[in-house]
This record gives sequence, structure tokens and C-alpha cells, in this order.
Amino acid sequence: MSLENHYDAIVIGAGPAGLTAGIYLSRGRLKTLVVDEGIAGGQMVLTHEIANYPGVESISGYQLSSIMKKQALAFGCEIKTNVPVRNMELDGEIKSIAIADGTVFTADSVIFAPGGRPRTLGVPGEDYFKGRGISYCATCDGDFFTDKEIIVVGGGNSALEEAVSLKKYANKVTVVHQFDHFQAFEHAIGEAAGNPGISFMMESVITGFHGNDQLETVDIKNLSTGEIRNFKTDGAFIFIGYVPNTEFLRGKVKLNRYGEIITANDMSTSVDGVFAAGDSTVKRYRQITTAVSDGTIAALAVSGYLNEMKLRKKQLITH
Amino acid sequence: MLYTNLKHLETAAGLKKAVSENENVMVICGRMGPMCIPVYGIAEELEKEYKHVKFYDMEFDNPESYIIRSLPEVRGFMGIPFTIYYRDGNVVRATSSIQTMEQVKAILDKEFSAPVKA
Repeated sequence: MSLENHYDAIVIGAGPAGLTAGIYLSRGRLKTLVVDEGIAGGQMVLTHEIANYPGVESISGYQLSSIMKKQALAFGCEIKTNVPVRNMELDGEIKSIAIADGTVFTADSVIFAPGGRPRTLGVPGEDYFKGRGISYCATCDGDFFTDKEIIVVGGGNSALEEAVSLKKYANKVTVVHQFDHFQAFEHAIGEAAGNPGISFMMESVITGFHGNDQLETVDIKNLSTGEIRNFKTDGAFIFIGYVPNTEFLRGKVKLNRYGEIITANDMSTSVDGVFAAGDSTVKRYRQITTAVSDGTIAALAVSGYLNEMKLRKKQLITH
Repeated sequence: MLYTNLKHLETAAGLKKAVSENENVMVICGRMGPMCIPVYGIAEELEKEYKHVKFYDMEFDNPESYIIRSLPEVRGFMGIPFTIYYRDGNVVRATSSIQTMEQVKAILDKEFSAPVKA
């Protein structure tokens, strides 16, 4: 264990939960490293305007992320972004985290705040046609589909609200959904159903995307009959929810059946000295404010845990 | 307006100048949206490491960005950002939509050579 690479706490994830933990820990004079496999800010960075963050009337997610990062750095927190975590050892008093280039960092405690990401379909052609007809963002790419025919995949609020929003550009929108009913709120269903340019294909899933330089057709399987139909389309927008970025934690800490990290009130996990915060934990409301709250609690709990650890060691030496 | 920490290109003439004065140039043409912001963030991160590459952004809705939107290399692109890589004044690669750090680094290393480690 090298002293240079040893920290009081390592935080995995630099979204609002992870950065808040970084701010609190480093301000508490604990040697802290924040690691993220993407850029700092997590999903917050993607929010165009934040108008409900107390104390700030209006700010972009990008700017709020930059400020949080600066705050953490100012207190001495080290931040490494675009660094994938490869291996980790969480049992025992000393935890170790290995990153993609082989460097191993050790710490007395770890906070996991890896957040979530939009769910993809994972069917053939999806990767290839991303940006060539397949999109996950209506406000970004909607205008490329002016006067074209598109499909929207999903049955939640996002899918139905974006179907209505995309109809402003597209001639025709077909919503493809795997169940015989929607999960969206009544008002979202009503607005989409009442739009004459939007039609629905229920109990259906996409099984493949086809085309040359651009997306041209999709294979749609009817789940009740098993029939697969090749459907002509100019574009596909996919809104099928979010998944927690916790695959790398399977078998390491206790997760629920959705892959969310199970925590106690102090954000501690099933492993001693390991805490979690933010969207990847089991919770009902996922907001920047709730992530910040989780990060604060986790950092304070880590601080308490480290103090107890020190006290225990001191008592052992005395006796 | 793009409020990134990258150098901004406001005009087609500015882009032509940047491309003619620098051997290796990466230009991200997008908006402040979910697919574009991660790519700006990656470029900001790589600026320190890839000192032999100049990184710029350009607003997609700026009429001057026709210089990128009309490139033959972006035909078929239907997702922003359009990211263009220029070497010696010529387009050597173009990508559409969000990219990962690994994807961007692979292109930079292939087209412009990897940075020399101190």
C-alpha cells in the first residue's frame, strides 16, 4: 500500500451526490479522491435549465456541475474523470480500487455514487444507427426528422411526452410499446392519444434496425402473435427508462432486484466502511437536491466511521 | 450560445483560419444538449493531454456552421453533435451523436498520433 495512493475516502461517481460527498469530506480535511468513468456532473450536466435548486434562481446543469467541481477542488479534493474502474476489493479495513490503466488506489472507506444512464434496447443495429436515425434525445435531434415518419419506443411519461413533442416536426409518429397499457400519467396518455398524427403499436418490441447510411426499416415483433413485421421508418427515438450503473457492484454490495444499492438511513451499505449515495440507491425520488442530500449524509457518516475506526485502533494500542 | 470552456468558433472564416493555421483540429458542432455536452467535456479533458491538437466548438444553430453541416462527410448524419477532425486542412474523420472518451481517443490517436508522455 503506497501512502501516496492511499486516501481516507474514495468516492466513485462525480455527479451531484459524489461531488457533494467530495466537498464535505475534503472540507473535513479527509484525503479524498473522486473517480468517474465519464465527465464530472453525471446526469445533472445534461439538464438544460435548473430552476428548482434552492438558492439559485436559474442555472444550467453544466454550470452547476462546474461550480460543484471547483468547490470540491478548492477544498483539496482530487478528481479523476473519464477513468473506468476495473477491479475492487471492499472487504477488510483497507479497501482497494483499480482503474483502467492498472493504478491501484486504497482507502479506509468508499462511497459509491455511480448514478444511472438511459436504458438502450440492445438489439442488432442499435449501435450502428445511433446518430444515423436512432436518437435518445428529442430536443437534440427532433428537427432532423421534419416531415418524416418516425417511431417512438416506450410507454412511460418521457416516451409519450416526447412523442407529442416530436409530432411538431414529424409527419407521423408511431409509438411502439411492449405492454398492452402505458405506465405514463393519464394526462400524458390523453395528450398523445388525442393527437391525430400519433398511432400506437401495443404489445410490440423492436428486434432489429436496418438500413445503409441511414436507418430505413425496423423489425417489430408482436408479442401476442409472435409475428415479426418489417416496418419502414426514417427514425427511432428510444425512451425506455434509466438503469443504475451498478453492474460492477454485483456480488460486492447488496443490490435489490432492479440493481439499486440498498442502504441504511446513514447511507451505509451491506459492507462495513462502504457507503452509497444518489440515483443508484433504492429511493423513490431522484432529484439533484436528493442526490446532494445523500452525498452529505454519506460523507458525514464516513467521517463518523473513520473517527470510530481511529478510536478503536487507539484503544487497542492502549490496552 | 455554447457555454463550454472550449475555444468557440463563431464564423466559417474563423473555422477556415483555425484549420489552415493548425495541423490537427477537432471541432464539435452542437447545442447545449444531452448528446453534445459529454463530448465537450471529453474535449476539455483531453486538451491538456493532446497539446498537438486544437479543440474548438461551434454552435449548430449558428448559420455560419453551414460550413460543417454541408460537408459531404456528414451526409446521413441525423444526430448532434457533428464532430469533425481536420488534419492539414482536410477532413479525416467525422462522427455523429454522443461519443465516449475511448472512442474519441481512438480517433485522435489514429488520425493525429498519440500524445508523447513526458
